[in-house]
Amino acid sequence: MTRLMVALSALVLALFCLSLLVGPARIAPADSLLGLLRGGLDPVAMVMREIRLPRAILAVLVGGSLGLAGAAMQGYLRNPLAEPGLIGVSASAALGAVIAIQSGLAAAFVLVLPLMALAGALVGVMLVLVLAGPRDGALTLILAGIAISAMAGAITQLVLNLSKNPFAVNEIVFWMMGSLADRSLTHVWLALPFTLLGWLVLARLGRGLDALTLGEDAAATLGVHLGRLRLLLVLGTACVVGASTAVAGTIGFVGLVVPHLLRPLVGAQPSRLLPASALGGAAMVLAADIAVRLVVPERDLKLGVLTALVGAPLFLHLIYKTRKEQP
Amino acid sequence: MSVLELQNLSVSLRGRQIFRDVALSVQKGEMVGLIGPNGAGKTTLMRAALGLVAHGGHSSLAGMTPMARARAVAWMPQSREIAWPVSIEALVRLGRMPHHGARLSAEDHAAVARALDHMGLGDMRSRTVTRLSGGEQARALIARALAQETDLLMADEPIAGLDPAHQIATMQMFQRLATDGRAVLVSLHDLGLAARHCARLVVLGQGGIQADGPPAKVLTPDLLARVFGITAYHAQTPQGHIFQPLEVL
Repeated sequence: MTRLMVALSALVLALFCLSLLVGPARIAPADSLLGLLRGGLDPVAMVMREIRLPRAILAVLVGGSLGLAGAAMQGYLRNPLAEPGLIGVSASAALGAVIAIQSGLAAAFVLVLPLMALAGALVGVMLVLVLAGPRDGALTLILAGIAISAMAGAITQLVLNLSKNPFAVNEIVFWMMGSLADRSLTHVWLALPFTLLGWLVLARLGRGLDALTLGEDAAATLGVHLGRLRLLLVLGTACVVGASTAVAGTIGFVGLVVPHLLRPLVGAQPSRLLPASALGGAAMVLAADIAVRLVVPERDLKLGVLTALVGAPLFLHLIYKTRKEQP
Repeated sequence: MSVLELQNLSVSLRGRQIFRDVALSVQKGEMVGLIGPNGAGKTTLMRAALGLVAHGGHSSLAGMTPMARARAVAWMPQSREIAWPVSIEALVRLGRMPHHGARLSAEDHAAVARALDHMGLGDMRSRTVTRLSGGEQARALIARALAQETDLLMADEPIAGLDPAHQIATMQMFQRLATDGRAVLVSLHDLGLAARHCARLVVLGQGGIQADGPPAKVLTPDLLARVFGITAYHAQTPQGHIFQPLEVL
């Protein structure tokens, strides 16, 4: 393990612990960590187990997913501006959630919303695969992703447009901003299998992505099965992004900025960027989720709003740096 | 021993026939130059031989599994794509991908070092490849293909854009590979270098192979007029073949 990986792991661990210690319920740090180990109906233990622990775990799952999927997508498309939402999964997952809220089903049972978001992601990814066709090119995949994103976005807008229920509209708008507040361990159990499966699939793409540094033809003659690589990339991304969107809403900029930031630190090799970017994404979402609790604790600042607020200037800085390096 | 065997190979792209009934056999120890005017289908012929383009007929490479093919032939596309600012050494290591498992073995490291030395890049191995000049990038990409250490090396215009010294050095290096018992199939536009360094030339034009043999037999005034539409000066001198295109017909 390189020094960078050790440093990133330590950062994630530290932020994870910090995330457990921060919250409106004023509990002393030692008490809160002890509370985690204590069972029963003790209020401190309840707060820790039911509120803070799921939140911290979800931040790691969601952030790791977005960072990993972003690095894989950028590696596959050989474009530093690619991001996991590009293949339309986040937009179609969001549509599933929006329909759940608008139809009132979400109020009936807490898991209806994430389950419908997962169903939306599944439909989205099937459509993308059908549209992109059996050939193994990257261009058709981008076009199919854009088409599905636009379509899902348009239907989401239509639902908002025609909705006669102002409460549902309000809820949809806030849900789409992305948040980890008030999530339970049930959400963790729902997201965990998809996330782990997706991580497993994406983490194994490193070699193929490395070969793609030389272009599709050279990669194919280095023994990379490009059709399979694309299929695994799409399925892995759909798993992790679908699960993330289902439990946290849409959280932008993490999958775009984190791989970009870490690329120079791994010698720009896609295979080394994958694990680094997963840890970096987890750290960024953990930090952002701590920040939303600290900056304006009395107002419910949304996580997705904060990542975009922090991510966009960071990105501008990167553009500025890239411009300076160009002749 | 044959490393490439093409029979009745034909390719049509978007309803247009590029070439048909191409038969070609390349043996170990051969350095074969593939020449022909723009649009004759040199790139398509090599990509079809590799199985990267849908084709009719038979190619010995196209039927292999991707992994077996990667150990049989190294391919250098014409577009010198390098997507990320990796180091020269990391780029050259990609050539070992068909050979190693999770980690590079001592043999892999030795092959990378040999390839770097062949191309005179040993001292530059940690430089970022995207910050190099076009010629240096081309050499790094050739080193990557060399590191693959396959019996056959196929390269699409590998010397375009190199300075004369590196053009000659690259052609001589290909010749050495052939002398050492490997085979090289290389497409070229510079007929002078092709005539000088390739023991065998294959001319592609007008939908098929027009000539196949030693340069002196292939580069006849009639063929040059018919396929390339040029005249040329061609002489056998103590310094070897001298070939200089002269006029457009």
